[in-house]
Amino acid sequence: MELDNIEKLIEKYLEATTTVAEEKALKVYFAQDEVASHLEQYAPMFRYFSGAKEEQFTQQVALDQIANAAPRRKKANYKWLSVAAVGLLMFGLYFGNIETKLEEEYTQEEIAQAQQALSLLSMNFNKGSQQLAHLKEFEKNTNKFLIK
Amino acid sequence: MQQSEFLNVVMPFKDKLFRLAKRLLVSTEEAEDATQEILLKLWTKNTSFDRYKSVEAFAMTMTKNFCLDRLKSKQAGNLKLVHSNYQEKGSLLQKQIEAKDSVNWVERIMAELPEQQKMVLQLRDVEEYDYDEIAEMLDMQPTAVRVALSRARKTVREKLVQKHSYGIG
Repeated sequence: MELDNIEKLIEKYLEATTTVAEEKALKVYFAQDEVASHLEQYAPMFRYFSGAKEEQFTQQVALDQIANAAPRRKKANYKWLSVAAVGLLMFGLYFGNIETKLEEEYTQEEIAQAQQALSLLSMNFNKGSQQLAHLKEFEKNTNKFLIK
Repeated sequence: MQQSEFLNVVMPFKDKLFRLAKRLLVSTEEAEDATQEILLKLWTKNTSFDRYKSVEAFAMTMTKNFCLDRLKSKQAGNLKLVHSNYQEKGSLLQKQIEAKDSVNWVERIMAELPEQQKMVLQLRDVEEYDYDEIAEMLDMQPTAVRVALSRARKTVREKLVQKHSYGIG
């Protein structure tokens, strides 16, 4: 291609008004060994661009292992999580209800009897603990000696 | 969609995705990871392929967004370190491979450009896309693409001339 033409193309190139075809022509021109000396400065640019296109993605596209396994497992996780949550909820509701069922299971009398028995127990227990209050006196007196 | 079909769609432009990712992320490993990630994302979206005008343009946009996110995230710091190491090494290259070296300079000069100009230059001068396609991929006005491209090209030329005369002197 004529030098004149190339110079014009470069001018247009820098203003970003060249077409893809014109840019290709520039790349072809700069790919050859003999380049006019005043245009030498542009050579690395175009050579680099041509070279950069050669670079390839060399890794295997690992769709088999990851794409199939990962998303499905993720979805399954969420599903089982909700199942577990529902199970837990049912469990809670069931045992939450048991307390109220107690009153249905026993008659009023039985409950009253049980309460009486328990109050008797607590009365006696309190008596016992009152006796224990005497022990405190012991402690006071022994402390007097010990602190001195 | 079957895997083989998907691969047929994706194969022609997977290298382009990789090169764009590498342009933005610099490190090859990072770019490989990013490409895998994007292909996987595409694969999970393959049922809605018909909705997009061009899967390739869509994939390029995804790559752009993914890489810019990567750069914004914490890992960006590591990437810059990788790059500065690489530059150090470059300055030690021997004189005899200077011709080849000046081609490599272009890569380093491009790495210094703002992200947008990097992408425009990559998409136009390396991948040879139309302005309209680039505008769609990068979500820009076609005129803005031209302006960015012109700026990027001029910057590369200027820096190349600078480095060249510096290298000789």
